[in-house]
Amino acid sequence: MNSLILSTSSRYLLVLLQLFSVFLLLRGHNEPGGGFAGGLVAAAAYALYFIANGVEEAQRVFRFEPLTVVVAGLGVALASTLPSILGGMEFMQSVWVNTGIPVIGKVGTPLLFDVGVYLLVLGITLKIVFSLAGEDEP
Amino acid sequence: MKLLLVLPILLPLVTALVMLPFREHPGVQRGLALGASLAQAAVAVALLARVYAGGILTLQAGGWAAPFGITLVADLLSAVMVAATALIGLTTSIYSLGSIDRERERFFFHPLMQLLLVGINGAFLTGDLFNLYVWFEVMLISSFVLLALGGTPRQLEGSVKYVTINLLSSAIFLSAVGILYGVAGTLNMADLSARLPMIEQRNLLSVVAVLLLVTFGVKAAIFPLFFWLPASYHTPPVAVSAIFAGLLTKVGVYAIMRVFTTVFTGAESEAIFRILLWVAPLTMIVGVLGAAAQYDLRKLLSFHIVSQIGYMLFAIAIQSPLAIAGGLFYIVHNIVAKTSLFYISGIIREKSGAFQLKKIGGLYSTEPLLAALFLVSALALAGIPPLSGFWAKLMVIRAGLESGHYFVTAAALTVSLLTLFSMIKIWNEAFWKDDPGVVSATEEVHGNGRTALLYLPVVMLCGVILFFGLSFEPVYELSARAAAQLLDVGSYRNAVLRGGGL
Repeated sequence: MNSLILSTSSRYLLVLLQLFSVFLLLRGHNEPGGGFAGGLVAAAAYALYFIANGVEEAQRVFRFEPLTVVVAGLGVALASTLPSILGGMEFMQSVWVNTGIPVIGKVGTPLLFDVGVYLLVLGITLKIVFSLAGEDEP
Repeated sequence: MKLLLVLPILLPLVTALVMLPFREHPGVQRGLALGASLAQAAVAVALLARVYAGGILTLQAGGWAAPFGITLVADLLSAVMVAATALIGLTTSIYSLGSIDRERERFFFHPLMQLLLVGINGAFLTGDLFNLYVWFEVMLISSFVLLALGGTPRQLEGSVKYVTINLLSSAIFLSAVGILYGVAGTLNMADLSARLPMIEQRNLLSVVAVLLLVTFGVKAAIFPLFFWLPASYHTPPVAVSAIFAGLLTKVGVYAIMRVFTTVFTGAESEAIFRILLWVAPLTMIVGVLGAAAQYDLRKLLSFHIVSQIGYMLFAIAIQSPLAIAGGLFYIVHNIVAKTSLFYISGIIREKSGAFQLKKIGGLYSTEPLLAALFLVSALALAGIPPLSGFWAKLMVIRAGLESGHYFVTAAALTVSLLTLFSMIKIWNEAFWKDDPGVVSATEEVHGNGRTALLYLPVVMLCGVILFFGLSFEPVYELSARAAAQLLDVGSYRNAVLRGGGL
C-alpha cells in the first residue's frame, strides 16, 4: 500500500504508541493495563508501521529477531521468581525494594514479571505478523 | 524443599527456554533434552520419596493462602503420575535421538517435547480446577504442533480431527468451570470439596459434573468420545505417538479420578459412577473389536489404548480402596506397556519397512531380541502372569467381583482374551510368518548406533514391566496407600487449606 498520509503518520504513531504501551505496562499493577496489554499495543505499533511501509522496513526498525525477544521475555519472567527461591520464601512470592526515588517509588518482582510478559507478547505477536507477511523465513 | 513441588514444571520450562536459541545446533538441543529428562527423573523420584515419607505436599504460589492463590498439591497419586511421566519423558528423549529427523529438530521438536511435559506435570500437580484447564491447554497446544510437525497430508488430516475435537472439549471444560465458579465462588479443589455439599442448586452441579465428564472423557478417549484417537495417533513420528499414547489419555483418566473423588463427593459423583459402569465395558469392547479389524500396526495399538481405558474407568466407578489402588496401578502399568509397544512398532517399521502387518514378517529370525521385548510388552498388556498387567487386572477384577458388578467383570475378562488374540495376531503376522518380501527395510540414515538408541528405551520399559510383575509387594503397598490417601478427602482438604478456608 502506498499512502503518503499513513506512512508519514505511522512514523510518529510508532513512537507515541510505544510510549503508550510502556505507560500501560507500568500502570497495570493496580489498574487496567499490564504486560499483556502493553505488549499487544507495542506489537500493534510495529504492525501499523509494517502496513504503511512494508515488512522489510518494519523488521529493520524493530532490529531484533522476534524469537530472541520471546526468549528474553520468558527469561525475564522466570528470573522474577529467583529472589523468592533464593530468599527461601514461597515460590513466586513478591519481593519489593524501596528505591526512595520520587515518581518511581517501590520496585519489585511483579514488575519484572510484567516486563517479561510484555516482551513475550511483543515478540510472539511480531513473529506471527512477520511470518504472515510472508517475508520472514519460516 | 518446597521447590521440589515446582521443579517438575519449572525444569522442562527452563530447558525449553534455553533450547530455543540453539535452533541451528541440534547437538546442543539433544544434549539438553537428555540431561533435562535425567534431572526430571531424579526430581520425580525425590518427590515421590518425600510424599511417601512425609504426606501430602502443598505449595501456595506467591505466598497467597488457598483458596485465594494458586495452589500446587502433590499427594501420592500426583507424585506417582509425575514419576511415570518422568520415566516416559526420559525414554522418549532417548528414542527421539535415534529417530527424529534433522528437519523436525530445526522446527523446535525438542523444546515442544519439553513444553508438553510442562503441561502434563502441571495438570498432575495443580490443586485448582481453572489451573487444570490452563495446564490442559499448555499440553494441548504443544501436542497440536508435535502432531502436525512435518506437514505431510496424512498428518494434517489426523491433526484436523485431533485439534477440532480437543478445542471443542476445552470450550466445554471452560463453560463447566465458569458455571461452577458462579455456583460455588471458588475453584480450589480442596475448597470446592468443602463447599459443594452445602450448595442448594443441585441441578446446576449435576450439569457441571456431566460437562466435566464429557470434557475429560474426550481427553481420555472413552466410549463414545474416542473416535478422534485412532484417527490421529498413527500419523506422527513414532516417538511422538508413543508419548501421546502413553501419557495424554491418562491425564484425562487422572482428571476423572481426581475430580470425582476429591471435588465431587456426594450424589453427583455417584451418578457419574453409574454412567461410568455402562461406559467402561462399552469402551473396553468397542476398543478391542476396533483393534481386531486393523492391520496397520499403530492403528491397532491405538484402538487398544481405548480398550484399556475401559479398565481404568471400571476401577474408578467401583470406588472401593482396592479398586482405586488397582486403577492407579493399571494406569502406570498401561503407560509403560503401551509406550513400549509403540516404540517397538517404530523398530518394526525400521527393520521391515512398513507398519502394515500384511506386508511384513519373519522378524523372529532376524531380530530375536525385538521378538522377546515384544512378547514381554504384549503379554503384559494382555495380562499374562508374571508380568505387570496380570496384577493390575487381578486387582481390578477382584474389586469388581467383591462389589458385585458381575456383568462388567465378565466383559473385562472377555476383553482380556480378545486383547491376547490381538497381540498374537501381531506376533503371527510380524514375527512368525515368512517375510512376504513386498517392502525392503529402510536403511537410509540409521546406522547401528542409532538402532541401539531405539532399543535402549524398550529394554528400560520392559525392565520396569518385569520389576512390577516379579516384585509386586512394594508396588501394591504404594498403590494401596495412594488409594487410601485419595479416598480420605479430609486430609487433602486439611493439607491445602491448613484448617482455614470456608
